[in-house]
Amino acid sequence: MSACLEIRSLSALLPNGQRVLRSVSLAVQPGEVRALVGESGAGKTMIGKALLGVLPKSVRIIEGEMLIEGEELSRLDAKARRTLIGARTALIPQDPLTALNRSRRIGPQMTDRLVRILGWSGERADKRIRQLLDEVQFRDPQRVLKCYPHELSGGMRQRVLIAAAFAAEPRLIVADEPTTALDVTVQKQILRLIAELQRDHGTAILFVTHDLGVVAKISQKVSVLYAGKVVEEADTAALFAAPQHPYTRALIAATPRYTDPYASLKPVDETVLAGLTAEIAAADKAWRPAHG
Amino acid sequence: MLVTLFGVAVVVFVVIRVAPGDPIAMMLPPGASDADIARLRALYGLDKTLVQQFFIWLAGVLHGDFGTSISLRQDVLGLVFNRLPATLELATVALLMAIAIGVTAAILGARSRGTAVEAGIDIASGATLSIPDFLWGLVLILLFGVLIPVFDISGRVSPQLDLPFVTQFYLVESILRLRFDLIWDLLKHMLMPAVALALPLAAIIAQLLKQSLKEVLDLDYVVLARVKGFSETQVILREALKNAALPTLTLVGVQFTFLIGGTVIVERLFSYEGLGNMAIDAVINRDLPLIQGIVLVFALLFVLVNLAVDMMYALLNPRLRHG
Repeated sequence: MSACLEIRSLSALLPNGQRVLRSVSLAVQPGEVRALVGESGAGKTMIGKALLGVLPKSVRIIEGEMLIEGEELSRLDAKARRTLIGARTALIPQDPLTALNRSRRIGPQMTDRLVRILGWSGERADKRIRQLLDEVQFRDPQRVLKCYPHELSGGMRQRVLIAAAFAAEPRLIVADEPTTALDVTVQKQILRLIAELQRDHGTAILFVTHDLGVVAKISQKVSVLYAGKVVEEADTAALFAAPQHPYTRALIAATPRYTDPYASLKPVDETVLAGLTAEIAAADKAWRPAHG
Repeated sequence: MLVTLFGVAVVVFVVIRVAPGDPIAMMLPPGASDADIARLRALYGLDKTLVQQFFIWLAGVLHGDFGTSISLRQDVLGLVFNRLPATLELATVALLMAIAIGVTAAILGARSRGTAVEAGIDIASGATLSIPDFLWGLVLILLFGVLIPVFDISGRVSPQLDLPFVTQFYLVESILRLRFDLIWDLLKHMLMPAVALALPLAAIIAQLLKQSLKEVLDLDYVVLARVKGFSETQVILREALKNAALPTLTLVGVQFTFLIGGTVIVERLFSYEGLGNMAIDAVINRDLPLIQGIVLVFALLFVLVNLAVDMMYALLNPRLRHG
């Protein structure tokens, strides 16, 4: 059985020639949650965007392959790629406040993919969406469908977006820091919902986050990203028990603990970062001539 | 709204009386006796003080009496309402044209942003914008009236036609009566002045709407729509257009009032029998009551356009509807 998602040696450039992704490889098996963890600017979101075909025009992919259920995306023409992505993947975005169109009602925003891309009847789509809204614990799905986004709170909007992502039974969901924009109490609820729906629907998730606490709660596998490079890849339990790479160790050490809130926060060790930066610079030098 | 109209009335009243030129002098032959001049002045109430004149006029207006035109010797209100429909039809056709051209260009430009197509649209709209409506009028007359005479360059309708109209809204009426021959004739006369009025506005719409579209197209919900599998055109039409339209709408409201102002010269250029054309005659003849009447009607139009824009706002933005 082929992996749900496979990324092979993906590299991307900014217009100024700076590499933002450095030969990233990762795979997500069916039904598995893989966390993609790293600091801001490490390129986590970039990977998700590249996969979904929504990279900013300025970022250029220079090498690598992305396969969704064995289909290589770059071999498809634009329309086929769009349809494949629309049918088999979904995105849970970072900021629920900006991810809904303020001038459209919730209902059509949730059903439009089912009806217009997947060709469902309006009735079937409506029924499906109401069912999903029920699963994300809305008491009155019928009312929610008629609302405009500004009539819902941030947490409610994120639940709407989660329901919409799961509605079409995608094989893979890219969750792009889905709890970052929410306050802490809502974060917990949203995380639990995503975990529940993931289990019930058996959907594979590429879970992008900078929060190791979230990683521990939701994922089975982890890829640790630094400066566009995967520095460590492991089972979640193994990673926390015995982190191999110095950067991972430093990252775990820098995570604040709720059990000891008065302990001072530790930044990631400078010497580790310096070592990594040198390593990456050396790798870049070795890499460039080979590709002209 | 009433305050605005009152303000306009006062300003116009004062300005046209302070400005040089005397309606009485335009009416009498040279060498008329002082007694005759004084009699005529008294007849039109021009011997009273400015303040007295104003309140006499205002009292009349409040009773629906806008006075009598000095040069045409007819009731001002009747004259204005006789001409207003022609101008309204011309301005509306021009506005629709501007929106059709401008919105199409904006969508096309936003769709192919960063390519030569967008650059071409930028250059075309920039060039169009830098030419004012009356110059477009002259260019169009030369091109399609003189060099390749395909359109009528003068008047509102061919004089040999038998007109069955009961109102002055010729175009509306001929559409309602399904008289396609008349619709065609009217449009043939209207096309060039309408294009002259529409082009600068179309260019503004194209530029502004394209800019707003490009901004909206980077927003999260648009990205989400792309991930759902929608094409760029679908994304623009279904997700982006409505939200991007707000700034353009504001501008179109303002620019439409300029367009109505532009009818004054463009109607003259094409001898189109509208209110603007009459306004120029009124000014040449120093026909004070008629000028006042026309300006007041224009002011009323401006106010109504702004009101319409405010209402459209609520239509486009569900937030305003609830607030």
